Amino acid sequence: MDHTPATMPRQSWTFSNEINSEIRRAAMTGIYDIRGGGAKRRVPHFDDLLFMGASMSRYPLEGYREKCETSVTLGTRFAKKPIELAIPITIAGMSFGSLSGPAKEALGRGASLAGTSTTTGDGGMTEEERGHSKLLVYQYLPSRYGMNPDDLRRADAIEVVVGQGAKPGGGGMLLGQKITERVAQMRDLPEGIDQRSACRHPDWTGPDDLEIKILELREITGWEKPIYIKVGGSRPYYDTALSVKAGADVIVLDGMQGGTAATQDVFIEHVGTPTLACIRPAVKALQDLGMHRKVQLIVSGGIRTGADVAKALALGADAVSIGTAALVAIGDNDPKWEKEYQKLGSTAGAYDDWHEGRDPAGITTQDPDLMARLDPVEAGRRLRNYLNVLTLECQTLARACGKSHVRNLEPEDLCALTIEAAAMAQVPLAGTNWIPGQNGL
Amino acid sequence: MTSALKKADAVDRVSASKELGSLRSLDMAEVELRDVNATLQAAGKGENDNRWEVLNPRGSHAVAVGLDVPIEVTVKGSTGYYCAGMNKKATVHVEGSVGPGVAENMMSGTVIVEGDASQYAGATGHGGLLVIKGNASSRCGISMKGIDIVVHGNIGHMSAFMAQKGNLVVLGDAGGALGDSIYEARLFVRGSVASLGADCIEKEMRPEHLEILKDLLERAGADASPSEFKRYGSARKLYNFNIDHAGEY
Repeated sequence: MDHTPATMPRQSWTFSNEINSEIRRAAMTGIYDIRGGGAKRRVPHFDDLLFMGASMSRYPLEGYREKCETSVTLGTRFAKKPIELAIPITIAGMSFGSLSGPAKEALGRGASLAGTSTTTGDGGMTEEERGHSKLLVYQYLPSRYGMNPDDLRRADAIEVVVGQGAKPGGGGMLLGQKITERVAQMRDLPEGIDQRSACRHPDWTGPDDLEIKILELREITGWEKPIYIKVGGSRPYYDTALSVKAGADVIVLDGMQGGTAATQDVFIEHVGTPTLACIRPAVKALQDLGMHRKVQLIVSGGIRTGADVAKALALGADAVSIGTAALVAIGDNDPKWEKEYQKLGSTAGAYDDWHEGRDPAGITTQDPDLMARLDPVEAGRRLRNYLNVLTLECQTLARACGKSHVRNLEPEDLCALTIEAAAMAQVPLAGTNWIPGQNGL
Repeated sequence: MTSALKKADAVDRVSASKELGSLRSLDMAEVELRDVNATLQAAGKGENDNRWEVLNPRGSHAVAVGLDVPIEVTVKGSTGYYCAGMNKKATVHVEGSVGPGVAENMMSGTVIVEGDASQYAGATGHGGLLVIKGNASSRCGISMKGIDIVVHGNIGHMSAFMAQKGNLVVLGDAGGALGDSIYEARLFVRGSVASLGADCIEKEMRPEHLEILKDLLERAGADASPSEFKRYGSARKLYNFNIDHAGEY
C-alpha cells in the first residue's frame, strides 16, 4: 500500500471553476453571457464605512422620544411643482416589459403606502403603475418606446436617462420571448423580435443639446415637472457638473452595482464606477457650483439597508433609489421557488436570467401563468414594510449621531474600515485622521 | 388673460378670409417663448383663436411645442431645435428653415417646412405628416414609430436608423447607411442611395405601396410620380440575435 501523502487537489485562482464554466459555455454557444442585475463582484461599498456615533463630543437624540425627520423635497430649482417625499428612498426605473404588470403595480402600491415615488422604465407608462403610484417619475429614454406628451403631462416628474450604473455607455436588449402582443404594441414593434434599446438619444448629443431638450420638455409640460437627469457611475464630477449645466432639477447617480433588466455580463462587471466612489465627486461638483441642496442628488446602486441609506446621505446625497432590493422585497429570488430555480440551472439568490421571461417568482416575466403567482396587493405591502424598515434603521443611526433630520448626517460622522473605502468616500481610516489622497498623503 | 394674450390681441390682424376666422399674431420680438407656447397650447377652444402666426422666431428653440389642438400656426422665419416637438392635431407651417429635431415625437397633425431641416427631423415620431420642402440633414426619421415624412430634396446619412413604423419618402437622394437596423418602416427614394445600412434592402414595389406613395405625394404637394421611386425596407435577418450575423451589426 502506498503511504505517500497526496497533495490536495488545487484549484487555480486564475482559472477558477466559475471561469472555466464560462469558457465552456462561450465555446459551446459562441455568444457572450447576457443576464440581469448589477455587478456581483466585490467592490468597496457602504459596508466598509462605520458611523462613529455620539459620545463625549457629540450629543445623541433619544431613540424613542425625539423626532428625526425624513422628508425630502425634489425639484426645487426650476419646477413649479416639486415632489414631496415622506422618506428619502425612491423606487428606481424598471420597465414594463422586463417586469410584469402585477410587479409594476406592486411597486406602485408599496411606494405610495410608504410616501415615496416610483419610476417607469423603457417601454412607456402603464395604467398599473400610474393608477397605483401616487408619485410617478416618467423616464425619457433613448428608445422613446411609448413616449407621448399625454403621459409626460400626467407624470409627476421626468427623468432623462443618459445612462445607468450597470452599463454606462450601453443600450439594452429585450429578447423576443418577452415581446408579447401588449409589450410589442406599446413599443411599436412586431411581436417576438429581439428589441434593442439604443444607447444614445436619437435627437441630441452632449450637454449643450440636452439643455435645449430639457427646455423643450419644460415648455411641453408648462415648467411644472421636476426634471431629473440619470447618469451611470462613470466620471461623476464632470457628469454632475454637466447635468447642472444642462438644467437638471435633480441628478440620479447610479453606481455600478445598480441593476439592469438585461445586458452582457462582461459589461455589468467591467464597466462603471462603484457607488461608494461616485458620491463625493458628485457632491463636490455641486458644491463647487453652489448647487448642493439646490439641485438634489439621488444615489442608487447597491442600497440594501437603512445603514446604506444613512451612509449615502451622510456623504451628501439628498435621497437614494432602490431597484434590486425592491424586487427582492416583493419576492424575487425567494427560496420558496428553489426547485424551479434549480430546473433553470440556478439557485435562489443567484437567479439572474431575467431576460428569458421564465422567472419562477412571476416578476421578470410576461408569462400569464407565472405572472399570476405575484399578488400585487400583498407584494406592495411587503415593499411598504421594507421601506419602513430602511427608514427606521436610517433614523436610528441618525439619532445616534445627534441628527434631528436624516439629511443632517455628514461625512464627519463616518470612518472607513479599509484604505480603499477611505480614499473613495473621503473619510478617515478608522482610528486615524488619514484620508488617502488628501493633503498630499 | 395672460400677458401674451394681451399682446396678441394688440397685434391681431383680420384675415382676408372670413371663413377661416381671424389670424392672430405672437411677435417673439415682444413675447417670451413661454408665453408663445402657453398661448398656443391653450388656443383652439374659443372662436377666432384657431389661426395663429408667430413672428420673428429668430432661430428660437422649442417653438410651438406640445400643441394638442387642431389649430393652424404659421411661423414666419427660421427656428432652432425641436420646432413643433410632440405635436398633436395642430398644423404648423414654418416659412423658413428649422434646426435639429423638427416635429420630434410627433403624434398627429401636420408640420410643413418651406426650407431645409437639420438633423433628426421627425425623430421617433408616432404619427402625423412632416413635409420638408428643402433638404433634410443626417438621421432624418431616426427611430420613427409611425410618422410619415416627405422630403422634397435630399436626406443625409444614417436616415431612418432603427426606423420602426411609418413611411419616409425622399424625392432626391439619400446619404449613406440608409435604414440601418430598420424594423417595419417603409422607405421610398426617387434618387440615388449612397449605401444601405445593416439589414436594409431594396424591396418589391407592390400596388399597395404605390397607393401609399401616391397619397403621401399628393398630401405633401410633391410633383412626382410613384413609379419613379424604389422601395427599401427590412430584410428581417437581424430581428432575432444570431451569432452568425454578428459581423453585420
